[in-house]
Amino acid sequence: MSTLELENISKSFGELTILDHLDLRVNDGEFVSLLGPSGSGKSTIFHLIGGLYQADHGTIRLDNEAINGKKGSISYMPQTPSLFPWRTVLENVVLSVELHQKPDKQKALEMLERAGLKDYANAYPHELSGGMRQRVAFVRSLLSPQSFICLDEPFSALDEFTRLEMQKWLLTIWEQERPSVLFVTHNIEEAIFLSDRILVLGSKPANVIKEFTIDFKRPRNEELTLTQEFLEKKKEIYQTLRGVLND
Amino acid sequence: MFRKSFLPVSVIVSILIIWELSSRILAIPTWVLPAPTIIMQEAINGWSNYQHHILSTVFLTVSGFAIGVSVGLLIAIMLHLLPKIREALYPLLIMSQNIPIIVLAPLLVIWFGFGVTPKLLIITLVCFFPVAVSTIDGLRHTNPELIHYMKMAGATKKQIFTKLELPHAVPQMFSGLKISATYSVMGAVISEWLGANKGIGVYMTLASSSFRTDRVFVAILFIMILCLIFFAIIIAAEKIILKWHPGKEEQS
Ligand SMILES: Nc1ncnc2c1ncn2[C@@H]1O[C@H](COP(=O)(O)OP(=O)(O)OP(=O)(O)O)[C@@H](O)[C@H]1O
Ligand SMILES: [Mg+2]
Repeated sequence: MSTLELENISKSFGELTILDHLDLRVNDGEFVSLLGPSGSGKSTIFHLIGGLYQADHGTIRLDNEAINGKKGSISYMPQTPSLFPWRTVLENVVLSVELHQKPDKQKALEMLERAGLKDYANAYPHELSGGMRQRVAFVRSLLSPQSFICLDEPFSALDEFTRLEMQKWLLTIWEQERPSVLFVTHNIEEAIFLSDRILVLGSKPANVIKEFTIDFKRPRNEELTLTQEFLEKKKEIYQTLRGVLND
Repeated sequence: MFRKSFLPVSVIVSILIIWELSSRILAIPTWVLPAPTIIMQEAINGWSNYQHHILSTVFLTVSGFAIGVSVGLLIAIMLHLLPKIREALYPLLIMSQNIPIIVLAPLLVIWFGFGVTPKLLIITLVCFFPVAVSTIDGLRHTNPELIHYMKMAGATKKQIFTKLELPHAVPQMFSGLKISATYSVMGAVISEWLGANKGIGVYMTLASSSFRTDRVFVAILFIMILCLIFFAIIIAAEKIILKWHPGKEEQS
């Protein structure tokens, strides 16, 4: 029901070419991660998909329909939490729903509970820690009505324990409903643990330089991260990334 | 709260004591500078003489303030939504503040007579500006990250305005409201000087022309009290409406 295709996408800011003839595809129900060095253009890819910027070149298709410059077609979690300071946590998580239909408070509360934020439903963002704000933004994107989900480093501000909890939670939700996900992260282990496919981006200008298929069977649990196969994948990806950085 | 008000209160009390002592010791005539006790006496004994003046000024101030603030907000929203018009009118807005009210007031009387219209116009003129300017600033400086988010989420222009820009401008709007509230009392008194039959301004003119300096001071006292009350009301409203504001807790 939800496929995303970037075909021949180029984008420059002034003189600086960020994306050069980028091709990328997320199949229906697939979980794809983008790995790449800082400043390579991962967030820019999301901004293009979200219609915030126009690509200089190329087509973006959601379910075979061009969405270049069309806003509001994906559910999105930005790299910074971007919460509204005058809204409580509960009011914040229903914001993206509210723009399109009447929000379901009950469902929102359930999601908050699962993210460990039940007691904070009526708190304001400035009363939360950085990691909690990130979780609020994450819940907000999960509640969005659009079926294609783009997550820009959703767990980067979390400690190891909370991060693992959130990853497992994301996996259970994802395995229930199987939405298509495009996921940006700096963390190789996280990418392997969650994804069906990992795309490694080169930098200046960015392009997919290598693609890894991760076919560990699902449902996955944390023991997977200690297996030999997992570590080998990690090593392989790590070496590719080092190659990118050394260029 | 107590600690915060201790310092200013003690300064005021000391000034009053020095004032009282010096007017007694130097025997300054009452029509030049009445002692605080004499002013207090007049304030208490004359209450029935002047209370209708105060009521009239309060009424005038509140109506003028309400009109001025509404006009200010409307101008701010209009100029924000129509950037072309903002470019054209913003300088005019600033120039409107360079016209001395004292000069403008008689003109308004010539145009609108001695009724309530020119008075409300004067208060509106002094009140709208702080609210308009601060609200425009608040609207314009909306966090760009939040605007990005709203656009990506598919918000319409109207949704971005009502759900993001407008609430974002509220703290700024309140700083304008505080200034307008204090200006509005002054505006009301000035407008009453133009010719009215009631009001603190009228009471003050009558008092000074009959050398009842003590009454002039009673008038000043009430102008200050009104200013403080209006200011306090705005602050209370701000506290209630901006309960989400991060800076608020650390201050108290
Ligand atoms: N609006 C803009 N105007 C000009 N340059 C921009 C703009 N947005 C991004 N860039 C540039 O594009 C490049 C890629 O930025 P982007 O935010 O996409 O990187 P990223 O891969 O998400 O990095 P990180 O992992 O650190 O978040 C950067 O060099 C940045 O300076
Ligand atoms: Mg980024």
